[in-house]
Amino acid sequence: MRRTPIVLALLGALAVSGCSSSGGQSAQSAPAASSAAAPAAASASFAVITHAGAGDSFWDVVKNGAEAAGKQYGVKVTYQGDGDPAKQSQLIDQAVSEKVDGIVVSMANPDALKEAIGKAVAAKIPVVTINSGADSSKAFGAITHVGQSEDVAGRGAGEQLKAAGVTKLLCVIHEAGNVGLDQRCKGAEQTLGGTVERLQVDVSNLADVTSKVTAKLQSDKQVNGVLALNPAVAIAARDAIKDSGSPAKLATFDLSGDVVSAIKDGEILFAVDQQQYLQGYLPITFLNLYKNNLNTVGGGLPVNTGPGFVTKDNAEQVAKLAEAGTR
Amino acid sequence: MTLAADERVADVGLARRLLIRPELGAVVGLVVVFVFFASQSPVFRSLDGIANWLDPAATLGIMAVAVALLMIGGEFDLSAGVLTGTSGLILVTLATRYGFSVWAAMLVGLVVALAIGLANGLVVTRTRLPSFIVTLGTFLMLQGLNLGVTKAITGTVQVSGLRRASGFEAANAILAGTIQIGGTSFRVAILWWILVTAVATWVLMRSKAGNWIFAVGGNEQAARAVGVAAARTKIALFMTTAFAAWLVGSILALRYTSVQANIGIGQEFIYIIAAVIGGCLLTGGYGSAIGAAIGAVIFGMADKGIVFLGWNADWFKFFLGAMLLLATLANRLVRRYAEEVKH
Repeated sequence: MRRTPIVLALLGALAVSGCSSSGGQSAQSAPAASSAAAPAAASASFAVITHAGAGDSFWDVVKNGAEAAGKQYGVKVTYQGDGDPAKQSQLIDQAVSEKVDGIVVSMANPDALKEAIGKAVAAKIPVVTINSGADSSKAFGAITHVGQSEDVAGRGAGEQLKAAGVTKLLCVIHEAGNVGLDQRCKGAEQTLGGTVERLQVDVSNLADVTSKVTAKLQSDKQVNGVLALNPAVAIAARDAIKDSGSPAKLATFDLSGDVVSAIKDGEILFAVDQQQYLQGYLPITFLNLYKNNLNTVGGGLPVNTGPGFVTKDNAEQVAKLAEAGTR
Repeated sequence: MTLAADERVADVGLARRLLIRPELGAVVGLVVVFVFFASQSPVFRSLDGIANWLDPAATLGIMAVAVALLMIGGEFDLSAGVLTGTSGLILVTLATRYGFSVWAAMLVGLVVALAIGLANGLVVTRTRLPSFIVTLGTFLMLQGLNLGVTKAITGTVQVSGLRRASGFEAANAILAGTIQIGGTSFRVAILWWILVTAVATWVLMRSKAGNWIFAVGGNEQAARAVGVAAARTKIALFMTTAFAAWLVGSILALRYTSVQANIGIGQEFIYIIAAVIGGCLLTGGYGSAIGAAIGAVIFGMADKGIVFLGWNADWFKFFLGAMLLLATLANRLVRRYAEEVKH
């Protein structure tokens, strides 16, 4: 019997020499022309690179915040996002090649971004981290972090749910690769005092989220609370609670116009608001201050944008703002 | 004395010989896409910019070349993208949680990947089910395994910390390091991509195995009738794709030192797109490895070029899709023209 030798052929040479390891930050320090060589005083350019694909309702508000700040200060702001950390690093690499005046990065997976951020720092481009990744921000050389501690926010949600009488909570995780979501569930678990079950769903298929949550509520009558971690998922979960006729109380992280009206109607108990508009607006402000006045904000500690809670009491005012895309 | 020339053995000019190559359309697409972006963005045509867009092209290219061989052999592998994640997860999990050296963990990853490729190949050849369905099943199963096993072992959805594992420095330098050219760092993966393309091209054009691949993809019955070991060839192709997935998975894991459980999903179609831009037919029996490598460059240029031009990210996918459609159309037109020349 003969065998086709393709696999073996490909297995061949594993000895390529003459390649130098990149080894993190130490390697290259590009000519530090970034900020000084900007052509005109007013034309600074900042890149916002997040871990969310286009069309995400939460990140769209961050984008609006960053763009509003850009308009306010007369600077150029570009927004890019990709959930795959490899692609996100490449976007950072690109911003470094373009010699932007500052980079804003959300770090859902800090380890994977370490090298790319290191390159930006080595090229003397100031970096502000936002949203996730507060723990690694300083070590990577970012000038500050703007966000909300996932753990603290999760604990806050757990307390509120406990007060509402929830004993068995379903925590709906919508992005398989995001550690922050798991931390929220863990935080809620710590303060709830009851059991927390996790349910894995895919945020890009909301019909499926509804049917999965419905199935879970129908099969486990003990569940009397649902915690969504994303506003679109919250609306899908609301429909699921209606469909299944379950008495479960619903709470969510983050806002959208729909979530706020659902809070007004009493369908959602409360929303943990991290005011993500600030996570777009403030970093551009900070970078602009850094560029023009060398200011750094936060004194080495993260700048907190939340948590705040939106309940029936303040939903009315927030509603108008959410529909304008700033809350 | 002149005999009536037999057109089958007529001397074919160089221009014609070039025109009937399957990758010609891709070369034209490459030039068009490059000129388009280079004329509008100075960064795109700078050394730094080239390093930027060759970076995604390299890992995509390794996969696209393997997938092209498989497609020439008449089959698809939809599990290839997720398998890169599986290989990476095995590598990082074994090296960080079970004390394996990076090399040993990579070896285990290779064995598992090849076993999955073998399983794909065996099921397809034994059951005669379409590989589209079989590997769709593998794709979903691996997706579940990646998440389920990772959560069960580590309690989280991403494993990281590979930097501290033994053997990391060397493995990183060989598979995921950079080389300096003209003061710009290029990814070592680019060399691996060139090597894989060269080996695949040699196999396709110069070896018996290459003839077999074209034969089983063109007409499996006829190939079998003239003594080609069709099943064996196809199984080897599935294993080659799995090998490439392992290589790419290892490169990415070593570079980013962490792997998410959901990585690689959706990439399988990008591999197929690159192979098709490069001149592969969806029906098999036709295509080229170099073409697939060029298809990967076109994808990398479009992917990064759109960002360099600063177009609004909300429209990004639209532009990307339109760009790919245009490249494929250009490819098609050139090929049709070339075939007219041939007759």
